[in-house]
Amino acid sequence: MRIAIASGKGGTGKTIVATNLAATLAQDDHPVTYLDCDVEAPNGHIFLKPEIAHRETVSVPVPEVNEAKCTRCGRCGEFCQYSAIVCLGDAVLTFPDLCHGCGGCRLVCPEGAIREVPRPIGEIERGAAGAVQFVQGRLRIGQAVVAPLIRAVKRHLPRTGIAILDAPPGNSCPVVETIRDTDLVLLVAEPTPFGLHDLRLAVETVRQTRLPHAVVINRAGPGGGDVRRYCDRAGIPILLEIPEDRRIAETYSRGELALRTIPAYAGWMRALFENVRHEALV
Amino acid sequence: MKELVVLSGKGGTGKTSLVACLAALAERKVLADCDVDAADLHLVLDPRVLHQEEFRGAKQASIAADRCDACGQCAVYCRFDAVRFDGPASDVVEKTYRVDPIGCEGCGVCVHVCPTQAIELAPSVTGEWYISETRHGPLVHARLGPAGENSGKLVTIVRTRARAIAEERSLDLVIADGAPGIGCPVIASVAGASMVLGVTEATLSGKHDLERLAGLAAHFKIPMLVCINKADLNAEVAAAIGEWCQRHKIQVVGSIPYDRRFTEAQVQGKSLVELGDGATAEAIRSIWQETRTALGRSQ
Repeated sequence: MRIAIASGKGGTGKTIVATNLAATLAQDDHPVTYLDCDVEAPNGHIFLKPEIAHRETVSVPVPEVNEAKCTRCGRCGEFCQYSAIVCLGDAVLTFPDLCHGCGGCRLVCPEGAIREVPRPIGEIERGAAGAVQFVQGRLRIGQAVVAPLIRAVKRHLPRTGIAILDAPPGNSCPVVETIRDTDLVLLVAEPTPFGLHDLRLAVETVRQTRLPHAVVINRAGPGGGDVRRYCDRAGIPILLEIPEDRRIAETYSRGELALRTIPAYAGWMRALFENVRHEALV
Repeated sequence: MKELVVLSGKGGTGKTSLVACLAALAERKVLADCDVDAADLHLVLDPRVLHQEEFRGAKQASIAADRCDACGQCAVYCRFDAVRFDGPASDVVEKTYRVDPIGCEGCGVCVHVCPTQAIELAPSVTGEWYISETRHGPLVHARLGPAGENSGKLVTIVRTRARAIAEERSLDLVIADGAPGIGCPVIASVAGASMVLGVTEATLSGKHDLERLAGLAAHFKIPMLVCINKADLNAEVAAAIGEWCQRHKIQVVGSIPYDRRFTEAQVQGKSLVELGDGATAEAIRSIWQETRTALGRSQ
């Protein structure tokens, strides 16, 4: 089963839920893989403290023009949707930062003057954190294109067992790339005006993918009524409410798993998993 | 004219709450919400929209089933795993290929390789952007449609418009609220700005992601200031952030305590400094003073 943990707003508690859920399920002898798809700001390793056994560099193919063969016909520049290759009079300029690596310029070049060379955009690190299998992507600083790195993380999805995918915040392509082909998207929401607003956006995004989805309310307190009412009206099940508790925030600040210091946390994660199983089967 | 971009690396550290306060404190400025993915600044600024425009982002491919003979070339050449073999039947075949709009990056390779010209590339409206008036001055903001592509381009539009308004009205400053992370939309908001104000929090995650943000600011040679939010959550981590900044010659302009009144302010549609005085409001005023001085010194 593949469970994506996402949220529109940042800092609502995706990583807390994802890492504690992974650790709890592993404790209960489930085969679990945690995949950190928040490649711009990967934080799961801080809590799971994995031993990294494998590292690989992820590259995107970008064009390299053979000036001798190139006739400056300009087809490559006309084809490229990203302005990553431009033919200006006597020169062909490439902008690898903008390249999505589609390979179109090479296909349309009538002279065979373009070849593709790998351009590194980040690293994949794999290992184990106790019984949790661990995979993370880490975007190289200054790189803008993240989707290929997320796809590379997801190539390490296990064939069996439980996969927990920690998504980046937001509602655009990196999130969509993460949640694609998962069995359930768990949206972690905080009961604040910003939290509710961004939850609505996240629900719109998930609905485009037609994936089953549910909500976890984090830092639930007296102000949580609006989020509950919204979920109720929108027909989105709330699978867990984690109470507002400064001790959880303090534990998080030290980079420790909440289940180590808050005795009830593991029980909440078990209940969440039971509800997830139920939702994913419906 | 100076351009201050508020960023954090990690999400939820308090960027928007701080920008709302700066909006109340700073004079002669234009506000820009560059977090087009999950824009929240308008929730506390109550904007009156004066101008609105569609944003066309990436194009999208679509396959006409009646012309598809299921040869599969599109699927072979697509590098984004966006072509699926589960389309409707046609006169020739029982199952055709279909483009998954979620995966499609609009590159046009499938259009090029299709031998039956069954595939079209068409622009899609993926968002809107707005110029508004607020009680704290002009605001340029946007809304990227769900599952939208090209948030970087939309950020660039927001910034360009905000700068143009500042020029037109002879205002001195653009204050931009940025997105979390260090990828495409953040790069679009930071390249060429006068200064980055990094809002971190006293957690190891906050510190980790601030360090990556500092790397990005250095990469683009943009000077950076740091403000530590929720500083009393973990004094040790707050001190470690301060030491790290000192080692890397980054000025810490101040600390803000963990304060639930930030939520109270959101509920009231205000910034915290508009709720009245107190230690937190005082800390934020001092952060603005320090930031303004540093901005004045910057090139």
